[in-house]
Amino acid sequence: MAYTAGVDVGSTQTKAIVINEARKIVGRALIDTGANVVLAAEQAFTQALGNANVQEEEVEYVVGTGYGRYRVTFGNTQVTEISCHGRGAVHMFPGTRTVIDMGGQDTKAIRVRPSGEIVDFCMNDKCAAGTGRFLGAASSALDIPLDELGPTALRAKRPVRISTTCTVFAESEVLSWLGKGKKIEDILQGVHQSIAARSIGLLRRVGIEEQITFTGGVARNIGMVEALQKGLGAKLNVSDDSHFIGALGASLFALDHILAGRTPAGMGRPS
Amino acid sequence: MSDGQSQDGIVGRGNREGADLFRQWFSELNRTAEQGGPSAYVFVMGSMCEILRTFDLPVVFPEINSLQMAVRRVAHEYLNQAEDYGYSPDICGYVKADVAVQLRGGEHPMGRIPKPSIAVLTNACNTYIKWAEIWERMYHIPVFTLDIPGTRAAGTQTWKGDPDFENDRRYVQAQISELISLCERVTGIRFDIDRLRETMSCVNEMSRGWKQVLEFNKSRPSLFNALTDGTIYLGVANSFRGAPEGGRYFTNLVDEMAYKAARSIGTLTEEKYRLTFIGVPCYPIFRRFNELFTEWGGTFVHSTYLWFASGGANLGFEYDLARPLESLAEGVLISVRDAMDSMFYQDRAILEMVDAFHLDGVVYHPIKSCRTTSTGMADNRRSVMAARDIPSLFIESDMMDRRVVGEAQMKNRIDAFFEGLASRKRQEATAQGAEEFQGREERTNGLHRRS
Repeated sequence: MAYTAGVDVGSTQTKAIVINEARKIVGRALIDTGANVVLAAEQAFTQALGNANVQEEEVEYVVGTGYGRYRVTFGNTQVTEISCHGRGAVHMFPGTRTVIDMGGQDTKAIRVRPSGEIVDFCMNDKCAAGTGRFLGAASSALDIPLDELGPTALRAKRPVRISTTCTVFAESEVLSWLGKGKKIEDILQGVHQSIAARSIGLLRRVGIEEQITFTGGVARNIGMVEALQKGLGAKLNVSDDSHFIGALGASLFALDHILAGRTPAGMGRPS
Repeated sequence: MSDGQSQDGIVGRGNREGADLFRQWFSELNRTAEQGGPSAYVFVMGSMCEILRTFDLPVVFPEINSLQMAVRRVAHEYLNQAEDYGYSPDICGYVKADVAVQLRGGEHPMGRIPKPSIAVLTNACNTYIKWAEIWERMYHIPVFTLDIPGTRAAGTQTWKGDPDFENDRRYVQAQISELISLCERVTGIRFDIDRLRETMSCVNEMSRGWKQVLEFNKSRPSLFNALTDGTIYLGVANSFRGAPEGGRYFTNLVDEMAYKAARSIGTLTEEKYRLTFIGVPCYPIFRRFNELFTEWGGTFVHSTYLWFASGGANLGFEYDLARPLESLAEGVLISVRDAMDSMFYQDRAILEMVDAFHLDGVVYHPIKSCRTTSTGMADNRRSVMAARDIPSLFIESDMMDRRVVGEAQMKNRIDAFFEGLASRKRQEATAQGAEEFQGREERTNGLHRRS
């Protein structure tokens, strides 16, 4: 049995996936990226191998993806996270035609063909508004752990309107709402709605076609899932493995390579 | 050109001669500045060099001065100075860099820029008007705005012989007559129509050559990179418009292209993807920006920049020297209108380009500094995508301000674009292989049935 792996080095977290020839996930790992990107990639890969109970020698091909893809020193090649999220989303939810990937510092809207090939994509530019970082700012201002933001926001009765589009200024705005005596859940719902509105703007630029799959670390936030679904008027595909979809796509490109005996999309590119 | 001409001599000659001419032009501007002589400030979309050269006025293109600062990686010093002076970060980077040049008494990385005696502009760019008002306030010089009637709606251009065209032509011609009177007052030189014929004749030679050069890049492989080489050609097309050197340069360039076409001498070792570039280049990382594409085997075979920044000279319009003023008005109307159309109604032109230039993809480059060239680009892109299944990339940066140029983000998007192009080529090859296989099977079965 041959195995391949995908390592997605994101700005906040690093994800690794090991799959077998049947395209089944056999191992996964998720760690904070931190300052040492090379080490994060190595540790995530090692943990995923342990989780899969697979030896490193059994993994025939490794594809690196994410912003730190060129720092996956043991990887055989690199593919952008845009291609990987498209590929991974279609694999996990074959009816996917549009992907919204929300990560630590960027949000991508991707339109895909049934094959997983990218038709069009759009990302936030030079500004982290509408990304996971926006939630990080709210978490810091309100002193609430990231994983409690979503459930807290869902308790809102009268959400406030967050008008600023700047992540840094949003923190000040959150504090000003607190000063006005607004409830934390109402403020948080406002934050979620603000991010959802910006993300839906990106989706409209590439054209929204159902089914829509939500990927990336923020997909674990139930408050964001609800805000996006409400804004879009459509149900989103979300999996427990949504934040691994980039790494999954990378491992699938790696499998293409060993099955076809030729380089996958993006191979041989300059670093 | 003789058959025995060495490849070393002719291949790349346009770039070498272009660079030489450019240095010569700046050197003459420097001399004018040192001597305190008069000069005319003009813009690339409708420079009116035909008239201004008749009055011996050296022409200064502040847009070209500004982009040179970005290419030479000193633009930020000038932008900061203008912003410190009070100009907003949201104002056009070309304008701010020029303001700083003026504040420094003409100091520029390529020499000293003379002060203006007159500024001539068209309405092709709304910023031109406010920009020229700055010089008007600084130097109390006359500013002449030539109002060119643009296309009223997509696909409604009128041509010679049409009553609407004739009305527009008369309107432009009347303005040209006013410009001539103004130049006579500014320079104290009497207008000489035969000198106008000479400059128009030089422009004719240039326009003929420019159109041919652009057409030559339909060749496979492409003979020049529309982004890098094209910008050099464009520099000469503007700065030597109406001068004998400009005409000769383009005649020589046509020879170079013919030589390369005959020998299939392209710009890349392996041309994998043929692209067109829509917008203004990313000058702060000019070479690197291009490399992000060429490293994948992608090359720019065409660009709308070569249309609008040449003031519409790409059409190859040639003046009728027997009736110079009337013909000049026709040419200015047609060319400047086309420059505007190639920004505002570019979708039709791009769609025509797809097959003619064998394009694999379209790269849109909206820039923060310039709303004139960037506004509407997203709509145009959507229109092209609805009409044709052609991949496109939309990346935003700037032509001057390195603060809004994120190379890592840009590379990520460009890499993803090429991954998509590579995947598409593989699928097309697989589909073609399957069709060929099926064809063989059917032929074989047919043979079996016959036997």
